[in-house]
Amino acid sequence: MGANPFHTPPPAGDTQLRPPINLQSRRMRLNTVRRYVVNHLVTVLAVLSTVIVIVPLIAILAYLVYMGATSLNLAFFTKIPAPVGMPGGGMANGIVGSGIVLGLCSLMGIPVGIAAGVYLAEFGRGKPLAGAIRFTADVLNGVPSIVMGLAIYSLVVMRQHHFSAFAGGVALAIMMVPTITRTTEEMLATVPHSIREAALGLGVPKWRTVLSVSLKTAAPGIITGCMLAFARVAGETAPLLFTAFGNQFWSFKLTEPIAALPLQIFVYAMSPYDEWHRLAWAGSLVLIVMIMVAVTLVRIYAARGMLKGAS
Amino acid sequence: MSLDEQPNPSPQPTAPALTSFVAEAAPAGPEGEPSVIRRYLQTRGSGGLADRVFAGLMLLCGLSIFAIVLFILWILIDRSKLSLAQFGFHFFLRSAWDPVSGDFGALPFIFGTLATSLLALAMAVPLAIGVAVFLSELCPAKLRAPISFLTELLAAIPSVVYGLWAVFVLVPIMRDQLGPVLYKYLGWTGFFEGYNFGEGLLTASIILAIMILPIISSITRDIMLAVPISQREAVLALGATRWEMIRTGVLRNARIGIVGAVILGLGRALGETMAVTMVIGNHPVISKSLFAPGYTLASVIANEFTEATGDMYLSALIEIGLALFLVTIVVNAIARALVWAVTRGTPARVH
Amino acid sequence: MGVGINVEHLNAWYGTTHTLQDINLNIPANHATALIGPSGCGKSTFVRCLNRMHETNPIARATGVVRMGDIDIYKDAQPVQIRRRVGMVFQRPNPFPTMSIYDNVASGLKLNGFRNRAVLDETVERSLKSAALWEEVKDDLKKKSGASLSGGQQQRMCIARALAVDPEVLLMDEPASALDPVSTSKIEDLIFQLKSQYTIVIVTHNMQQAARVAENTGFFLNGKMVEFDSTHKIFTNPKDKRTEDYITGRFG
Repeated sequence: MGANPFHTPPPAGDTQLRPPINLQSRRMRLNTVRRYVVNHLVTVLAVLSTVIVIVPLIAILAYLVYMGATSLNLAFFTKIPAPVGMPGGGMANGIVGSGIVLGLCSLMGIPVGIAAGVYLAEFGRGKPLAGAIRFTADVLNGVPSIVMGLAIYSLVVMRQHHFSAFAGGVALAIMMVPTITRTTEEMLATVPHSIREAALGLGVPKWRTVLSVSLKTAAPGIITGCMLAFARVAGETAPLLFTAFGNQFWSFKLTEPIAALPLQIFVYAMSPYDEWHRLAWAGSLVLIVMIMVAVTLVRIYAARGMLKGAS
Repeated sequence: MSLDEQPNPSPQPTAPALTSFVAEAAPAGPEGEPSVIRRYLQTRGSGGLADRVFAGLMLLCGLSIFAIVLFILWILIDRSKLSLAQFGFHFFLRSAWDPVSGDFGALPFIFGTLATSLLALAMAVPLAIGVAVFLSELCPAKLRAPISFLTELLAAIPSVVYGLWAVFVLVPIMRDQLGPVLYKYLGWTGFFEGYNFGEGLLTASIILAIMILPIISSITRDIMLAVPISQREAVLALGATRWEMIRTGVLRNARIGIVGAVILGLGRALGETMAVTMVIGNHPVISKSLFAPGYTLASVIANEFTEATGDMYLSALIEIGLALFLVTIVVNAIARALVWAVTRGTPARVH
Repeated sequence: MGVGINVEHLNAWYGTTHTLQDINLNIPANHATALIGPSGCGKSTFVRCLNRMHETNPIARATGVVRMGDIDIYKDAQPVQIRRRVGMVFQRPNPFPTMSIYDNVASGLKLNGFRNRAVLDETVERSLKSAALWEEVKDDLKKKSGASLSGGQQQRMCIARALAVDPEVLLMDEPASALDPVSTSKIEDLIFQLKSQYTIVIVTHNMQQAARVAENTGFFLNGKMVEFDSTHKIFTNPKDKRTEDYITGRFG
C-alpha cells in the first residue's frame, strides 16, 4: 500500500481500530449526556408551552359556546332588547344592524380592495410604486381600529352632526380595503402566467384578459379572502363606537345611529343586569359561529392548495 | 443530436383520413375573401382606450391605500390642533386628566399602554415561540392541522368576545384565586399591593397576552418554515441533537424575523381596545402594583369619547388617537420590514 | 390564406441583454418555416416579436421593421389587432382551467365579443377537426374542462383555439417538446396539413421534425440568424460552418 500520511496504522497486536482521540473520556461523556438532557428538556418545554396555550384556549372556546348556547333562544333573533328588569328580549336589531352596516362596508370596501389587488398583481409587477402600496397596506392592517373610528367620526359624523350607519360602514370599509387588497394580490399571483399569455396571444385586450381569465381563475380564492375580511370586520367594535353608535330600537335608515351586534355585546357585558349579560353571551356565540364558518371554509380551500391562509 | 441519414427532401405522403378533415375544415367564404370571423375581428377595436381606462381605475384604487393613510393622518392632526397648541409635546409627559378644569396630560395612558403591552409580551413571547417550535419541528403530522387550525380560529375571535370572557371568568379568578396566591408568594416584590378587585393591569395584561399569542406564534412558524431545509440538514449532519439543530439551524437564521414577529405582536397589543377596556379598571393612575386599575391610550378614547364635552376635551382625545396612530405605524413598519427580510421570496401570509 | 412576413433589421432586448441582433428574414406565405438553434439563441424571442408578445414583458424592447403583407406590424397597427391575425401555440399547453373545451376553443371569439351561437358552434367543430381532436372530444365539449384532457390533447386543443380565430399566420414555439412521441407525430401531421392554408413558423429543437414538416429553415445562434435557406439545402449542404457544426451535432 502506498504511504498515506493521514493514516495512523493501528497499534501492533490490536485487531480493532481505535480512533486517535478518546471519545470515551469522562468529559466527553458528560458533555454528550448534558446535550441530550437539554434536548429532552427543550422538547418538554415546547410541549408544555403548547399545552399551556391550547388547553386554556379550548377551555375559553368551550365556555363561550356553553354560555352562549344556554342563553340562546328564538327570541334572541326576533326581538329587540326588553326594558331593563324585564325578561326576554333579544338582539334582533343588533343582528339586522350589523347586517346593514356590513353590507354598506362590503359595497364600498370589496370593489376598491379587489381593484387595488388587481393593480398590484396585474399592472404593478416590479414597479416600486406597487411595493410601496403593498407595504403600506400591510402596515395599515396593524393600525388600531379605534383610530379608524376616530378619523371617520371627524370626517362624517362631525360634518353631518349625527351618528349614522353610513359612517359605521365607511369606518369598516377602510379597514377591509388593505386586507382584501393583499389577499386578492396573493390569489392573482397564483394564476399561472401562461394562461394570461394564451389570452393575450389570441388578441384579447389586457382589460378583458384580467377580467375573464385572471380574475375568473382566481375567483374562488378571492372570494374566500373577502369572506375572511368580512368575518374579521364583523366582530369589530371600536370603529363603531362613535360612528354607528348603537341603537336600542329598530333602525333601518342609513343616516341614523344603528345597532350592531359587537356594540351591543360590549354595552351589555359592562352593564349590571343579568338579563343583558345573558344576551351578551348569546351574541358572542353568534359571532363565534360565523367566524368559525369562515375560517373552516378557508381551511377547506387551503387543503385544496390554492389559498395560503389569512387570519 | 446527429442525423443518421439524409433528410427526405420531399414531404411524406399523408394518410387520406387527415386530408379529408382538413378539406372539410376550410374556412367559409370564397377564395380570397376574408371569412366572417376575420371580418368581425378586423372591425373590433384594439381596446386601447378601454385598456387605459381600466388600468387607470385599478391604479386609482391602488393609490387609495395611500389616500387612506394620508387622510387619517391629516384629519387627526387637524382635529387635535387645539390640544397641540395648548399643551404641546408636554401633553405626553404630564399626569393630569381633569376634563372639568380642562387640564389634560396623557402620561398615565402611556404608562398603562406600555405596562400592559410589555407584560403581555413577556408572558406571550416565550409561550408563542414554544408553540411555534413545537408545531414546526416536533409535532406529529396528524396533530399539526388541528392545532394550527385552532390557533387561526383563536386569532380570529373578536376582541369584545375575549373581553366578555375576561369580565366573567378571568376577573373572578384574579380576584378570588390567582390574586391572593400572587400576593402570598410574591407580595414581597411590591408589585402586588393594594386592593384586588380583579380588574387591573395584570388582568388586562393576561387577556392581552392570550390575544397576541396566536399572531406571534403563527408568524414565527412561517418564519421558521422559511428557513431552507439545507440549513437544518447541515447542522444535523454534524451530529447535533434536535434542539441544537433548531437552535443553530433554524432559530439563528430566523432571529431577525422572530424579532419582527414579536414587534408585530407588540403593535397589536398597543392598539388593542375592547378587551382591555373591559378589564383594566379605567382609572388614570400610575402605580407600581399590578392589581391597581390603569388606563391605556386606546381605552380612554373608547370610554370617554362619546361623552366628551368641550372642544379641548375632544381635541385631547383625538391627540391621543394621533399618537396611537403614529406609534403603531412606526412599530408595524419596523416589524414588517424585519419579517420581510427573512421571508423574502416566499409568499407572505396576510395576518 | 396565409400571408408572408418580411423582417428587416430586427433587434430585441430584455432589459440590457441584446437578445436578437439585426435579424433579416423573409418568411414565405403558405409555407412552413422552421427555426432551429441551441437553447437560448433567441428563437423564441424572435417569434414573440412576430406577434408583438415580446413587448408584454415590461423590460422588453424591440426595434426594426416587421412587415406582414403590406403593413408594418409595429407602426401601422395595434398589438391586439396583430395578435388576432397571428396565432400562437406555446411550448406547454395552456388551456383556460375554468372553461370547458367548447369555451376554450371559442375563447378567442367569445372574449372578443362574438355572440352568434351558430357560427361559434360551427367554428369550434371546424377548428377541432383541423386539430384532429374532434372525434375524441365531440361528446364532452361542454361537459369537460379544458384542463382535464391529456397533454397531447391539450396541445391540440390549444392549436384548435389558435385556429378558431382564423389567423393568417400560425406561430408555434416548440409545440411538441412537452409531449409524448405519439402526440408529437399527430401534431407534425397537423402542421403538414395546415400549411396549405396558413403561414406557419415553427421553432423546434428537433432537427428531424424541421426536416419533416418545413420547406424552409433558419438557423439561429447567439441572437443572430446565421443561415436561412430551404430545408433541403440547410441539412445537406449548409453554407456556414456553424450551421454544419450544429447539424452534425458538434454542439447544441
